[in-house]
Amino acid sequence: MNPDEASLLERVLLAAFGAGLVFGAGLALSAMTHPEKVLGFLDLSGHWDPSLLLVLGGATGIASVAFAFILRRRSPLLMPSFDLPIATRIDRRLVLGAVLFGLGWGLSGYCPGPAMALLAALPGSGREALLFLPPLLIGLWLGRLITRAPKDP
Amino acid sequence: MSSFTPVSALIGGLLIGAGASWMLLSLGRIAGISGIVGRLPFSRRAEFAWRAFFLLGLVTGAGLLYHFGGKFGVRAPISRISFPAWELIASGLLVGFGTALGSGCTSGHGVCGMARRSPRSLVATVIFLLAGIVTASALRHWLENWP
Repeated sequence: MNPDEASLLERVLLAAFGAGLVFGAGLALSAMTHPEKVLGFLDLSGHWDPSLLLVLGGATGIASVAFAFILRRRSPLLMPSFDLPIATRIDRRLVLGAVLFGLGWGLSGYCPGPAMALLAALPGSGREALLFLPPLLIGLWLGRLITRAPKDP
Repeated sequence: MSSFTPVSALIGGLLIGAGASWMLLSLGRIAGISGIVGRLPFSRRAEFAWRAFFLLGLVTGAGLLYHFGGKFGVRAPISRISFPAWELIASGLLVGFGTALGSGCTSGHGVCGMARRSPRSLVATVIFLLAGIVTASALRHWLENWP
């Protein structure tokens, strides 16, 4: 690896770290890392808490505007090209996957992002991290092995 | 029960969207957590490295808020001791397998896919929101109140 490649890799890793940092701060500030907050939205039967809708709306809103401008560029800042999902078919796999994910999400109040953020709250979050994260990784990697896309970067 | 927190929800949401936008602008990638974690052990060198650094950033960002965000009402999540272990384990398997099968979760389909106006992501998001609502409402209310 020559010095130019090394410094580009450093910038790529710094950019990825920064994106994660802002993303994780947003998750924590909006309390989406608290499963009771998520369940307060998903459970319509009690005192309904619409906070999640504002989180999703705020995130999708700003991303919609930003993505439209960004995708006019020929390439991103640090990589040769954009790498976006190419699938367009709405098939059984997509629907079944979304149903299973929703079932699991409603069961515990965790989706993958907030589950990873459990690692930031150790040892207080230890019980949930221990009981949720290993099955999450097993499920993800098992699903990935079974349905491995032909192009896997 | 949780109470409505519109300000922190909206600002937090904007930060999540900003992080995802920065990811697309700098690396040209979708900030989908299930995709990033799911591909991690199958990716090599630079692809492995940026995924690992994004996750490291995510944990650090959340951790910073847990430590210094008290005045914004942020507190670190604490394990629910009475929450059934089997529910957490089953939920983990379902969330992991479901997002791998459906190629995305709340971040990849819900935020990034919707922002890209992807019909697949719109369908996935509506379905997992509905499935989540039905599951949570049934478990937390109907089942508990049954004899």
